[in-house]
Amino acid sequence: MSKQKLVIIGNGMVGHRFIEDFVEKADLDKFEITAFCEEPRVAYDRVHLSSYFSHHTADELSLVKEGFYEKHNINVLIGERALTINRQEKVIHSQTGRAVYYDKLVMATGSYPWVPDIKGNESKDCFVYRTIEDLNAIEATARRSKNGVVVGGGLLGLEAAGALKALGVETHVIEFAPVLMAEQLDQQGGQMLRRKIESIGVNVHTGKNTKEIIVGGEKSRNTMKFADGSELEVDFIVFSTGIRPQDKLAKQCGLATARRGGISINNQCETSDPDIYAIGECASWNEKFFGLVAPGYNMAKVAVDNILGRDNEFSGADMSAKLKLLGVDVGSIGDANGRTPDCKSYVYLDENSSVYKRIIVSQDGKRLLGAVLVGDTESYSDLLQYTLNDIELPKHPDSLILPAHAGAKTGGLGVDALPETAQVCSCFDVKKSDIADAVAAGHTTIGAVKMETGAGTGCGGCVPLITQVLNAELAKQGVEVKNHLCEHFEYSRQELFHLIRIEGIKTFKELLEKYGKGYGCEVCKPTVGSILASCWSDYILSSDNNGLQDTNDIFLGNMQKDGTYSVIPRMAGGEVTPKGLAAVAKVAEQYELYTKITGAQRIGLFGAHKSDLPDIWSQLIEAGFETGQAYAKALRMVKTCVGSTWCRFGVQDSVGLGVELENRYKGLRTPHKMKFGVSGCTRECAEAQGKDVGIIATDSGWNLYVCGNGGMKPQHAELLASDLDKQTLVKYLDRFMMFYVRTADKLTRTSVWLQNLSGGIDYLKEVIVDNKLGINEQLEKEMAQSIADYQCEWTATLSDQEQLQRFAHFINSDQQDDNVVFTPEREQKRPAFIEEKAPTYNISLEEV
Amino acid sequence: MSSWIKVCELKNIYPATGVCALVDGKQVAVFRPSDEEQVYAINNMDPFARANVLSRGLICQHQEQLWVASPLKKQRFNLLDGSCLENSEVSVEAYKARVSDGFVEVHL
Repeated sequence: MSKQKLVIIGNGMVGHRFIEDFVEKADLDKFEITAFCEEPRVAYDRVHLSSYFSHHTADELSLVKEGFYEKHNINVLIGERALTINRQEKVIHSQTGRAVYYDKLVMATGSYPWVPDIKGNESKDCFVYRTIEDLNAIEATARRSKNGVVVGGGLLGLEAAGALKALGVETHVIEFAPVLMAEQLDQQGGQMLRRKIESIGVNVHTGKNTKEIIVGGEKSRNTMKFADGSELEVDFIVFSTGIRPQDKLAKQCGLATARRGGISINNQCETSDPDIYAIGECASWNEKFFGLVAPGYNMAKVAVDNILGRDNEFSGADMSAKLKLLGVDVGSIGDANGRTPDCKSYVYLDENSSVYKRIIVSQDGKRLLGAVLVGDTESYSDLLQYTLNDIELPKHPDSLILPAHAGAKTGGLGVDALPETAQVCSCFDVKKSDIADAVAAGHTTIGAVKMETGAGTGCGGCVPLITQVLNAELAKQGVEVKNHLCEHFEYSRQELFHLIRIEGIKTFKELLEKYGKGYGCEVCKPTVGSILASCWSDYILSSDNNGLQDTNDIFLGNMQKDGTYSVIPRMAGGEVTPKGLAAVAKVAEQYELYTKITGAQRIGLFGAHKSDLPDIWSQLIEAGFETGQAYAKALRMVKTCVGSTWCRFGVQDSVGLGVELENRYKGLRTPHKMKFGVSGCTRECAEAQGKDVGIIATDSGWNLYVCGNGGMKPQHAELLASDLDKQTLVKYLDRFMMFYVRTADKLTRTSVWLQNLSGGIDYLKEVIVDNKLGINEQLEKEMAQSIADYQCEWTATLSDQEQLQRFAHFINSDQQDDNVVFTPEREQKRPAFIEEKAPTYNISLEEV
Repeated sequence: MSSWIKVCELKNIYPATGVCALVDGKQVAVFRPSDEEQVYAINNMDPFARANVLSRGLICQHQEQLWVASPLKKQRFNLLDGSCLENSEVSVEAYKARVSDGFVEVHL
């Protein structure tokens, strides 16, 4: 039997999702699949497009796993545009003259940015904001500009404005409507958003109708003229005035299109030709088209099912949205403008903290119809569940948006209140019942549930909710919700810590025999390795501990993507002597290591072969350096500002304290990595309040902040005690560090640990300052022991001949790994991309 | 043509760790899960990252079988057949391995 020919036009987010879903569900032997991709690269994440400005690699945004299309034998025609469809002959012709025949055709042509018909909009200083190419052009122009303007104050426009701001140009937003985000926000919400955006330095102009753009101006390259007679001089202009469905091809081949644009589809996503489907932004369902990705994903699923002869219907989409624009949290649900007849509203406005919340409820006060949230979106998921699942509101609906101090009910909407059909994950359309089924089928960890249902693997915003459903389902099954380390230990990290400490257990084997079962795994081994190191300060590479160490610890360096390592010597407090620098430079030059200042105020050398590590380190140690433990779950470094020693404003010696603290706690294994900061005055140049421990000088001593975090989930540190003298500060720190080491779960940063500590910062104060648990003496003793036992792991390793043998790449040859290849870049080197290396494997890239 | 090839002494591999051996031009990851005379061999290349790193992973037990967790992104590969726990469509080559007279031998 000949294969069925399936062709997809468009390789955007939805087009790619269609292929992924199809690959998963279909017997691929029966299909020959071809996809047209007009852009020069395969599908990428347009939702997070702006992040391109910060990392600049299209790879980061790519949605296609490497080798995915090749593996499934899908022929992707990159950079090739479908020009015509001949529905009688069932053939597509592309701009290269290629003819591709189809049995079933899926159109996922997306949308195009609509630019209003303004005189002068064809200038080379005018842009749209949709593709990576657009972003490259905008960035290049921004570099030679002082100011830029975004026309359009909607969701995407503000996103673009954020990007312009980040590019460092004076940023303006022009909106035709009287408020920003008129689609999603009511007037008051729009005003609040405007105030917040203006406060960070973006100039907002609403109610402005752009008439003309003329080249030239007194200060800038162009002048915009508005209908009210006013003018604005700008260097460049980005249009973000809405999108229109890309339905040109559909019109060319005579498919039915909707009045307001878009290829008309029915509930099965079929167009007027039963062999052609349309999905995503190019499709119009009931005269509506959807400019969000979630409905597009849904249509992709429906189309796959119908092509495979399964029942599935598209039934519209919820257009609610929660996002962060220019740093402002914004949420919009359902009828945000209160247009439903006879609806009623509750409003909460706090101009002091710039928070605005409004909920719109039905006339009888029982149903939530819509909501607007600006400045605080914490209640978004709960509110959304009320509308999506038509849950009856509490007696006083305003309690849903009041802050806790004003009498809001504590705790969110319990998951038990959600009906079985409640959609938990909107990216992959996973319902509460799907998760319950997965749990019932034995998938009892969050990882397993994600893998089984796909929930939480898109934007990830629903993971807390999935966890709640999972725990509730487990509880229903009578399974106690456990924080067991893994299948080999039915204990939490904290419990194991106590067992090890109290019983004096010194090896993993001993612990496993007494309290565990089986062989152990990649979760329990490094955790126990870390506890043993915290408790006994043993050499982590001893023959007993060697097999427990995680990727970075085992060769005392951070493994990079190509299997080479980084070398980071300690530069306590960020101090380094010229002589030390010269030693670092010498070794970097000798081994051709890529060199950069890391985010931790020290120098990192990258691209070292494992086999070269001992030589590199012996030279560094010779020059007076020691390991920086950059590879360990341990104190990484203490960031300091220059302090009173040099700075005109400093009030205390922040560098001196930083160096002392870094040397005091270096090497101590902690549940996760730790970072400290010490600032010499209230200007806080060391950004100490974003660190696990932050110390800020005052006129009379030091303020101690704890449990802050930068990184993935920034968290402001909380004040533990103020105006401390150094001795008391160090005492509190000893206690704090040991208490964290004792009680935190595996891989828990201090910020999360504090969040889960019942009683929070007040409880922590009682323990550390008031000795509520009566353990402080013990904590200080344990810390003193750990400090006394410190050793530089690299010095220890170098003195052990047996250890050194482990660093050779091959156990039976002196050769190095020939797959490690570098490419020059900016006068240094970087790992070569796979396509830059000589081929070491066979894949067929082109099979037509 | 193919035969058992000696790669190193067993005592050169710490229990619960792996090493990489060059066998007939191939990079082979050899694992010794415990202090006993049991060894396993699979290809050293992590197929996701295309880097020769699997010998440096942690040996772990799941579903009552032994695996190695890639040191890069922790995908797990079966020590007996090279299959991947995370993605059934991915695998690495697995080879026969044994201990003979205190030496580790691999059969490609």
